Amino acid sequence: MGQLFHSVLLIEEKCRGCTRCIKNCPTEAIRVRAGKARINAERCTDCGECIRTCDNYAKTAITDPLSRLKDYEYAIALPAPALYSQFGPDVDPATVLAALIDMGFDDVFEVAYGADISTFLTVEYLRRNKRKGPMISAACPAVVRLIQVRFPALIDSLIPVDSPMACSGKLAKEAKSRELGICEGKIGAFFITPCPAKVTWVREANNLGSFAVDGAISISDVYGEVAKRLPEVIPPYPKPKASSAGAGWGRTGGERIAAGIGKSLVVDGIHNVIDVLEQLEMGKLSDIRFVEAQACTGGCVGGALTVLNPFIGRMNLEALVARLETPPNLFEELDIDLNLLRRFDEFAIKPQIVAVPAFRLDQDVSRAISKAEMIEKVVNELPGLDCGSCGSPHCRALAEDIVQGLAVDTDCVFKLREEIEILAEQLFEMAKKSPPALKDNDAFSKPWE
Amino acid sequence: MRLEFPVAGRDFQAAGGAAQKIKRTLRQIGIDAETARRVGIVAYEAEMNIVIHAFSGKVGVDILPERINVFAYDQGPGIADIDLAMQVGYSTAPEDIKEMGFGAGLGLPNMKRYSDNLVIESEVGCGTSIRAVINLPTKEGS
Repeated sequence: MGQLFHSVLLIEEKCRGCTRCIKNCPTEAIRVRAGKARINAERCTDCGECIRTCDNYAKTAITDPLSRLKDYEYAIALPAPALYSQFGPDVDPATVLAALIDMGFDDVFEVAYGADISTFLTVEYLRRNKRKGPMISAACPAVVRLIQVRFPALIDSLIPVDSPMACSGKLAKEAKSRELGICEGKIGAFFITPCPAKVTWVREANNLGSFAVDGAISISDVYGEVAKRLPEVIPPYPKPKASSAGAGWGRTGGERIAAGIGKSLVVDGIHNVIDVLEQLEMGKLSDIRFVEAQACTGGCVGGALTVLNPFIGRMNLEALVARLETPPNLFEELDIDLNLLRRFDEFAIKPQIVAVPAFRLDQDVSRAISKAEMIEKVVNELPGLDCGSCGSPHCRALAEDIVQGLAVDTDCVFKLREEIEILAEQLFEMAKKSPPALKDNDAFSKPWE
Repeated sequence: MRLEFPVAGRDFQAAGGAAQKIKRTLRQIGIDAETARRVGIVAYEAEMNIVIHAFSGKVGVDILPERINVFAYDQGPGIADIDLAMQVGYSTAPEDIKEMGFGAGLGLPNMKRYSDNLVIESEVGCGTSIRAVINLPTKEGS
């Protein structure tokens, strides 16, 4: 099954079995076992939080190597807007695109331009959709996965239009196939990604038969190659197509600014996102129309596969956004060029978003209820210090693991100490006892005195 | 099974915590997302009412094979006119709490909206007790 592929993985040799990652994982997907962190594939959202928090650099992300370009007759790079932010405040996007071509890509298609298309589709979707209440952007794949795993009631609130990446891949391949007269299968579209969640998304879509994008190469892998070419490359296009608003998608707030939807809420950082989703699930914030939620602090510029500090990246991207322009009739132009209104349904999100019941205790509800009852009992007997020494993120998680047969109560160092204390007392009591043959005042012999 | 959590009046820091724990357990049991959401909302509103109006109280759920009962009871001022309190927008929350964005007069109406049955008993000067029933979807319906 495709859904079990994950970009985020552990480098065994580097893991020291500390508790940092298990405590920061937003879906409690990690346990330390035998001195190594283990990631539960069903729960992992590929948000990259563990990559960021690991001091030993033991978490990494599988991305596609540049050698995969050779698998295709024609390879197109799809650079995320966040890529521009990595090379200082004055970089010209045209030179970044030129550097990518110089590196070995046959062509480029700006995902910032794809972002303009996603903005168009989002606005159009909200116009067509009569459903009241807040609708959530589905552009951040880690947020989408988080909703699938932890907030299934909010799946219907996701805006089901293609992400900038998917729009770019689809249109780039379509256009090149027509231009070159080769079938789309021979054209490879590679996203230059700021985050592992996009890698997973691409792989999963491929496994389910959707090939808008064929691979994802990390920003950190192309960074050096692009940086060294920037001073001398000659841009292939005099002027990139993306608008200022499209480029702005690379940082938090960019979607909201681009879409210009009245009452919007913008949130970033996966733990802040969880707080907001909790409130949305409670039916709060009902007067808000649009929610932009980004798993990474700062948005895509803060992705785990970027090179620069998120805040510096953000500053650089802001400078670029200020230099670029957004034409007042952007949407009309897009529609004339790409016929988006008529083709609206072709840009429905793929793969379809379904609930992932990764927290379910048992397939059978009554068995699940009795397990839940046992968890309450077990958790009351644990110290409640949430130290993580047992390898589970907190006492409740250990209780759940115990009930599921994945741990035992003496995995808790305090429970173990308690039991040792009891045992020691028993030993001490036993040590004081001696057989009657060794005792002096023997009551047994008294009657014979 | 029963889950029960103490709720302290005016403790806005911890407010919502009980409802979150209840939702966590419902998710683990495999209660469908929509029912879990309804239970979460009813429990949250009940919890918030205690935080806003009462001195202290408890909120909890009984999880049964065919339905979920949400219950809450508190020691507090009680509700003088329950019919009036059920009206959207009616609130007796103090000004300082309204300034925090609470007390919009939606709590009880929301509880009624998201439950299949709601019973409120209250005595002025003593406290309030609330019982709400949320039926699980039947096999044919789901």
